[in-house]
Amino acid sequence: MNRLYNKKFIDKSITFLMIIFLYVIITLFDKNVSSLLRGLLVQFCVYSIMAVSLNLVVGISGELSLGHVGFMCIGAFVSAGFTTYMRSVLNVESIFIFIISIFLGAFVTAVFGFIVGIPVLRLKGDYLAIVTLAFGEIIKNILNAIYLGFDSKGVHVSLKNELQLGLESDGYTLIKGPLGITSIPHYSNFLIGVILLLIVIFIIYNIIDQRTGRAIMALRDNRIAGESIGLNVTKYKLIAFTISSAFAGVAGVLYAHNYNNLAATGAKFGYNMSIMVLVFVVLGGMGNIRGSIISAVILTLLPEALRSLQDYRMLMYAVVLIAVMIFTNAPAAINFRKNLKFGKGKLKDER
Amino acid sequence: MKKVLSLFTSFTLVFLLVACGNAGDSVTSGNSGNDTFKIGGIGPVTGAAAVYGLAVKNGAQIAIDEINANGGINGYKVEYRFEDDEHDVEKSVNAYNSLKDWGMQMLSGTTTSGPCIAVAEESKRDNMFQLTPSGSAVECTKNSNVFRVCFSDPNQGIGSVDYIDTHNLASKVGIIYDASDVYSSGIYKKFIENSKGKSFEVVAEESFTSDSKTDFTTQLNKMKSEGADLVFLPFYYSEAALVLAQARAMDYHPTFFSCDGMDGILTLDNFDVSLAEGVMLLTPFAADATDPVTTNFVNVYRQRHGEIPNQFAADSYDSIYIIKNAIENASLTPDMSVSDLCNGLKSSMTNITVDGLTGLNMTWDSNGEPNKEPKAVVIRDGKYVLAN
Repeated sequence: MNRLYNKKFIDKSITFLMIIFLYVIITLFDKNVSSLLRGLLVQFCVYSIMAVSLNLVVGISGELSLGHVGFMCIGAFVSAGFTTYMRSVLNVESIFIFIISIFLGAFVTAVFGFIVGIPVLRLKGDYLAIVTLAFGEIIKNILNAIYLGFDSKGVHVSLKNELQLGLESDGYTLIKGPLGITSIPHYSNFLIGVILLLIVIFIIYNIIDQRTGRAIMALRDNRIAGESIGLNVTKYKLIAFTISSAFAGVAGVLYAHNYNNLAATGAKFGYNMSIMVLVFVVLGGMGNIRGSIISAVILTLLPEALRSLQDYRMLMYAVVLIAVMIFTNAPAAINFRKNLKFGKGKLKDER
Repeated sequence: MKKVLSLFTSFTLVFLLVACGNAGDSVTSGNSGNDTFKIGGIGPVTGAAAVYGLAVKNGAQIAIDEINANGGINGYKVEYRFEDDEHDVEKSVNAYNSLKDWGMQMLSGTTTSGPCIAVAEESKRDNMFQLTPSGSAVECTKNSNVFRVCFSDPNQGIGSVDYIDTHNLASKVGIIYDASDVYSSGIYKKFIENSKGKSFEVVAEESFTSDSKTDFTTQLNKMKSEGADLVFLPFYYSEAALVLAQARAMDYHPTFFSCDGMDGILTLDNFDVSLAEGVMLLTPFAADATDPVTTNFVNVYRQRHGEIPNQFAADSYDSIYIIKNAIENASLTPDMSVSDLCNGLKSSMTNITVDGLTGLNMTWDSNGEPNKEPKAVVIRDGKYVLAN
């Protein structure tokens, strides 16, 4: 028992050390880091958090969610709306506002995750995938259509156009339909990203290793056996799903404050991006937190690192993606990798 | 063993990252103190908006080649590099950073509005001069270092109203617009705001979104039943082509009036050009104009890329010449820092007057907005012809 705990402890420490090491290296060699990479650092954190949080649903809880960026989108809009309002209308700009907005984004997305989860997680099968897919698209479309403004008379909302808001002359339009939110204060940086990522991983590791996590995994592996010993299926699945959505919201907050404007475009908040996050998880290994982070970083870096190939960039990206998939998942490749590992490690990893 | 392997993977990753950084840095330092102007371009060359990025890239390249063949700017050669942004804010900022690593000194981009706003914020932080050929949203030129070549969305809306009003084109006007598109809803908003008290009446306003852009019969039926004799289509030509086809299928023949987004409809694959007969569009560029600059540009473009250039290509071509004019006006040299170049260019932008493809005597105010006359163009026998 003691040995098992030790093993887990070392395993977790490697993940934390890996991230801290990366951070230290990049900070130390700050002068040598290219502008491209410097711009990518926050994105690494955003997508790592997304991948880790989706892993909680897909890998640990065993449900398929195809609308994860929908939650990221909510987190992004809620927090960016809040900070932009604070800055543009009340002229308050400080890091505390950002910290409040992180909690706000996480809380609102958790509520949405809870609401979406309640009816769906009572059912068996792939319903969650269908509902989350629809949810993500609905969120994207609503945020593309909504106009929201403030003036001395209060809040105005329209789904048609900016004119219908009927703002007074002192009014301020916060969400401008397809243009989204503009002039968002720039709060995100690599340090904040890394801290958030570490916190998220810490919480997820703790959940996995405690009673809740064991119950969630037991229900994933055998629902009937789990129920027979009195585990409440809906409750545990809902816990996993809600926490996961809250983290996706945090990723959204980080993403929104890294750029000046935020729009619910199909490219960023459509189902393609949800699939992309799912690819991070599958590639990194179901239930493997460290793997999710590594694959999220590599797959975010890859299309940018291939820029020198010009027009062949996306083609090469696809080829590399397929090659990695084969290397990690094809039976022949797995055998090949096993042969690389020698001695007793080979037997021990067979579990 | 598994642990060793994963540890190995993570360390490889770290070194990969650092190696990337170093590679990028050596490029940057290699560029300082050379004698070429480095102009960057950003736009989508993959994905749904690829047409615009490609046009911008090709148009600028033609201008660069001409300038270099004629002895460069102030005797210095010009280098141009274009990066893909997939019409995405995040990728656009990545493209910008990547161009910075290359040693970009000024930016002729970005092509589309949303990414342009985000990149403008980055260029402001670096104090890098930015001239967007086609970013038409108002917010694009919010920062003092950003100027644009095209009309802003509101100006197109106002221009359209004035043109329809002064030429008495219609008494009842219907509008179809893309509510999910910044460009389209921007023009729509200004059109409605300005159409009050004009010689025509807006009888129908219908919208669609990017998720429902294949069937326009509902919108067209509304136009028809309200008796609109002119339908205003402020959106891009790929959707407009469907509108035209569906209008003919339901035997509805109003005057179709559009903005610069319609430009390019004649080069659309498998498009029956007879559908576009009589369509009017307000655009700064007409490919059939007979002045030597336009004919030369159209010929070169057709030779190289096998199609007639659209307004995006023309804007981009102009943007390079505008930068050239501004550099010459302020007598700048490539060994100056990015920030000094930007300050020099900023002040000379408001002094210069440029004759380009998209307008004669173009001038700029300090807000970054161009002053030029829009041209109304009618499609006759599959060609753009200047109206009146």
